[in-house]
Amino acid sequence: MKPKSLRRERRWALIWSYVFLVVFAVIFLTPPLYMLITSLKTSAEISAVTLPWWVFHPTLDNYYALFTSEAFLTFFRNSVVVSLAVVAITMLISIFAAFSLSRMRFWGSATLATGVFLTYLIPETLLFIPLFKIFAFVQEWTGIELMNHWWVLIVIFPTLTVPFCTWIMIGYFASIPKELDEAALIDGASYFQVLTRVFLPVALPGVIAATIFAFTVSWADFLYPMAFTTSVDQLVLPAGIVTTLIKGDVFNWGQIMTAALLGALPPLLIYAFLMDYYIAGLTAGATKG
Amino acid sequence: MAQVNLRKVFKEYDEVPAVRGIDLDIADKEFVVLVGPSGCGKTTTLRMIAGLEDITDGEIAIGGDVVNDVPPKDRDIAMVFQNYALYPHMTVHENMSFGLRLKKVPKDEIQRRVNAVAGILGIGELLERKPRQLSGGQRQRVAMGRAIVRNPKVFLFDEPLSNLDAKLRVHMRTEIKKVHQKVRTTTVYVTHDQVEAMTLADRVVVMNAGLIEQVGRPNELYHSPATLFVAGFIGSPAMNIIGCALEETAGALRLRLNGGLAFPIPEERVARYRPHAGKPNLLFGLRPEHVTDLRGPTAPGQCPFEVTLDVTEPMGMETLVFFALNGVDTCARTNPLANLQPGKRAQLLADLRYMHLIDADSGRVL
Amino acid sequence: MANGVATEAAARLPASRRRAARRFARHKSWIAFFMALPLIALIAALVVYPAFYSLYLAMLNKGMEHFVGLGNFSFLFRRDLFWMVVKQSVIFAVSAVLFKALIGFVVAHLVHNLPAKGQRKWRGMLLVPWVIPPAMSTLAWFWLFDPSYSAFNWVLTRLGAGAVPWLGDPLWARFAVILVNVWYGAPFFLIMYLAALKSVPEQLYEAAAIDGANWWQKIWYVTLPMMRNIIAITVLFSLIVTFANFDIVRILTAGGPIDQTHVFATWAFQLGIEGGDLPLGACVSLFMFPILGVAAFFILRDINRRGNEA
Repeated sequence: MKPKSLRRERRWALIWSYVFLVVFAVIFLTPPLYMLITSLKTSAEISAVTLPWWVFHPTLDNYYALFTSEAFLTFFRNSVVVSLAVVAITMLISIFAAFSLSRMRFWGSATLATGVFLTYLIPETLLFIPLFKIFAFVQEWTGIELMNHWWVLIVIFPTLTVPFCTWIMIGYFASIPKELDEAALIDGASYFQVLTRVFLPVALPGVIAATIFAFTVSWADFLYPMAFTTSVDQLVLPAGIVTTLIKGDVFNWGQIMTAALLGALPPLLIYAFLMDYYIAGLTAGATKG
Repeated sequence: MAQVNLRKVFKEYDEVPAVRGIDLDIADKEFVVLVGPSGCGKTTTLRMIAGLEDITDGEIAIGGDVVNDVPPKDRDIAMVFQNYALYPHMTVHENMSFGLRLKKVPKDEIQRRVNAVAGILGIGELLERKPRQLSGGQRQRVAMGRAIVRNPKVFLFDEPLSNLDAKLRVHMRTEIKKVHQKVRTTTVYVTHDQVEAMTLADRVVVMNAGLIEQVGRPNELYHSPATLFVAGFIGSPAMNIIGCALEETAGALRLRLNGGLAFPIPEERVARYRPHAGKPNLLFGLRPEHVTDLRGPTAPGQCPFEVTLDVTEPMGMETLVFFALNGVDTCARTNPLANLQPGKRAQLLADLRYMHLIDADSGRVL
Repeated sequence: MANGVATEAAARLPASRRRAARRFARHKSWIAFFMALPLIALIAALVVYPAFYSLYLAMLNKGMEHFVGLGNFSFLFRRDLFWMVVKQSVIFAVSAVLFKALIGFVVAHLVHNLPAKGQRKWRGMLLVPWVIPPAMSTLAWFWLFDPSYSAFNWVLTRLGAGAVPWLGDPLWARFAVILVNVWYGAPFFLIMYLAALKSVPEQLYEAAAIDGANWWQKIWYVTLPMMRNIIAITVLFSLIVTFANFDIVRILTAGGPIDQTHVFATWAFQLGIEGGDLPLGACVSLFMFPILGVAAFFILRDINRRGNEA
């Protein structure tokens, strides 16, 4: 039996832990909660400046307005298409690269495997200007419409997602014992079959985690869309909301918050349902690398 | 016909030799065990037969066809790994049928073969389980089932019993032997445990530092080792190996254990050993079971002597006694009823009819 | 040779045979190379090349017609605004990362002390700021800081403290920007450190307790050393990401008021894209690189050294 003082000490420590955790939870969750509250208010209620932290006359007008707004729907559609395309491209490149780097050897493969994440030392904020010029130049030269089109994002977003996804996959692949490939090879599988019928199923948690990461990053990116797309029909959600709904001096905060909330929804939903994979993706980089 | 032939097989890893030129012929349906200490090249040899390692030089032929450039999946072999290498995301049934499914064997044929093999190995009830739900012994049997179901030309075993506890190991050893009797397929088995080698093999291949020391039936290796290494490696407790000199005085050949005892060489060996009299660096080898307590009259070739015992280990059916001969720890297997005590002098009998004389420089048994 | 002993064979192979074996090995590595090619091509074409190109770009004039060498660089050096951006970026990055790491570390301990069942729930709630796209959550903060309708100010005035010009006053604006960045990034540190805490063997704490350590000493002598690597990695990455931050500053203040909250990224955006002077923008962006490089060098070297010690 633990002495009474120790148990009491433990209990006080636990109580204080909960107190502080509640404080932090409140801090962390207040902004999204406020987004929700505001989204349910009419413009009248907002400008009336009654208690901002509560809705007295909840309304779905803002939601309705956005769902019927062609601009907003275009943004949403663009975001979905771009994100899904980027996820597909990213996983294709990453899986093959990770398989090659973790299992096979060629000149420089070891340095590439450890160094692939070093690409993050060159942030997008450094690259967006030269890329702007390069795309303009390519468009002049070849006539391919690159400027102010959403598909240019599909080309450029993988630079944000592929290095980390490759790194995650390398970690997961490396933890699969070599004997498993050898057993499959002896059982008669070609290298491609080893990848698809043994590796991917066993490394599925890593694949899911990487996919989630790729989607979340493409959905949320703000700088590249701001730099490369300007017309309303080409914008993706984050850039679209910020540039079109914040015009002039009068802001329709109800709609802005609703749009922001809807824009945050896909990542939040994925997180809610696949939280363990989401977190595994982040920490895999740390614990395995 | 599924014989396996190795001709002058070399393997180098970045200029470091692992296998230094071995020749071996394994007959169809034979069970051959490659045994030796870690680093001797036995696993490398096995993996070259499997096609998991490239052959630096030499030839390997399976069933008469040279397979140097043939990938593993086309060699018609099956392998059982040390840590089983079962596909964790597949059931036992799927694990066993994976190879057949890759070759697009019709479903009912797969079903028939899997059930038959499951029956032989007693794993019929486990077919729908996943590997993580199985015990070590069960996993080992599934791994074997996966190999058997493919009906290959050659079975390759890479230290399959090393991960099992002692009792299970003994049980599985017998299982493997039974399976080989039922499914008569050429088998190459690698282990570092010489007891496994002796009990399982038709022929044993003792390897050391990338070379083959000796190939032969278990009893041959035990009673007629060809090199110092084989003599010391096979048998437990190990053969006693003591430095000695061969003296010839007045036509009689005598073995002198440096600084002490001298034994007359038995009649039948004199002619064989006489040419080596006076040579330096000779070793005397005698297995512990040939050094016993003195009881009753002695036959010609048996030499009594007296020593002080250091340690006794009662094993029940015998008592092992240890003493120092010439600075070397020597072991004798004595009758427990003789009741020999440590620290006391004891009368022992060395049966030189079973002795080995070894040239320490060349490592050869003379 | 069926029975008997193999004769001593040559210890080394003749040179010609070795070369043949190596040619076969190289064939397999071609497949490996091609599988990794898309990755290499992507990074080479869209990361490495633009990075070098920006060096060249920074040395052109505004119309990009002719070469001006280091003209843009010296132009920037002479401007006060440039040095202010440098100062602001460094203060922003260093203080934000410091607070994020600290808060992440503390909260990780709090969650770690909970019974295992509850941890998942709390962890789920506390990671939310990081999951929401930063542009979206920054909009929420923008609304929370609105000069006329700020919900914070509503509470403050009710408490008698008076409204705060969150985004209107330069000092408050800087604070606001750092605050939002810390709010957004602390959960990341929380998750990483929580995972790292779990990997510290319980026995080390028990040994320390027996040796007489109190809770502070346990953290200093057991927790921190064991977590050195992960702390270094997270701090490095966060420094890079925070230093290069665009979203938060752009949405909250767009660099204002009076350019006081500009960081490299937002200023480069304003000069290059909005102002149409790409070379100057590139020049500004490039200044991030040396500082990042130095930080990366030190921390990577530290990790490698510790890796070798272990």
